[in-house]
Amino acid sequence: MNETPAATRSVVVEREMPHPPEKLWRALTQPHLIEEWLMKGDFKPVVGHRFDFRADWGAVDCRILAVEPNRTLSYTWSAYGLESVVTWTLTPTRTGTRLRMEQSGFRPDQQQAYHGAQAGWQRFIAALEQVLARAE
Amino acid sequence: MPNPQDLLFRTLADPTRRTLFERLCRDGEQTVGALTAQAGISQPAVSKHLAVLKQAGLVLGRHQGRETHYSALPGGLAPLADWTSRMTAFWQGRFDHLEDLLKRMDQ
Repeated sequence: MNETPAATRSVVVEREMPHPPEKLWRALTQPHLIEEWLMKGDFKPVVGHRFDFRADWGAVDCRILAVEPNRTLSYTWSAYGLESVVTWTLTPTRTGTRLRMEQSGFRPDQQQAYHGAQAGWQRFIAALEQVLARAE
Repeated sequence: MPNPQDLLFRTLADPTRRTLFERLCRDGEQTVGALTAQAGISQPAVSKHLAVLKQAGLVLGRHQGRETHYSALPGGLAPLADWTSRMTAFWQGRFDHLEDLLKRMDQ
């Protein structure tokens, strides 16, 4: 991607966890554990490996970009026709691990596609937008 | 896991509340009495729905004398359209599940 950082959006969620990085790494990379907190998928911590995460609301296409055991893990995340990159960073602390998730690479103009793909709500929001447009 | 999207979805899932909100968007500020006259339900029921809309940040109530005038706050819908707040809520929920899993892994 060639966009400048200012043209993309990212989401960051960060949390201190009272567990060692090795344990978090297992939860982030072993399919039977990933399934318990994120989604079901044929995950392998191997750069270039492609897999799907599946949930009742749909699937996410992923490809592993970077693997550094107990430190960083990065994969592409394509859903609703939008591609982004999810990067996990594990930093040891005195009491455990600071876990950081950054999902980046969205351009503001993609938001509309994501928004429009929300089955069920699409029609409702369109109707509401018409109501709002008339109100102006 | 309360988040702005959940609250909005729950609030707008009710057709009566959607109708009230759309009316306020379309017709501007209204009293509870005026809204009740067209809603086909009792005034306490309308007031209850308006209180839920207010809690979700979708309407504003203004007291004047004995009447409350309600107006729409269309900006309250922003979390539905805002991709970043949706994804943030998604990941915060996943972090909660991850914490639960890590606790179970101890045992």
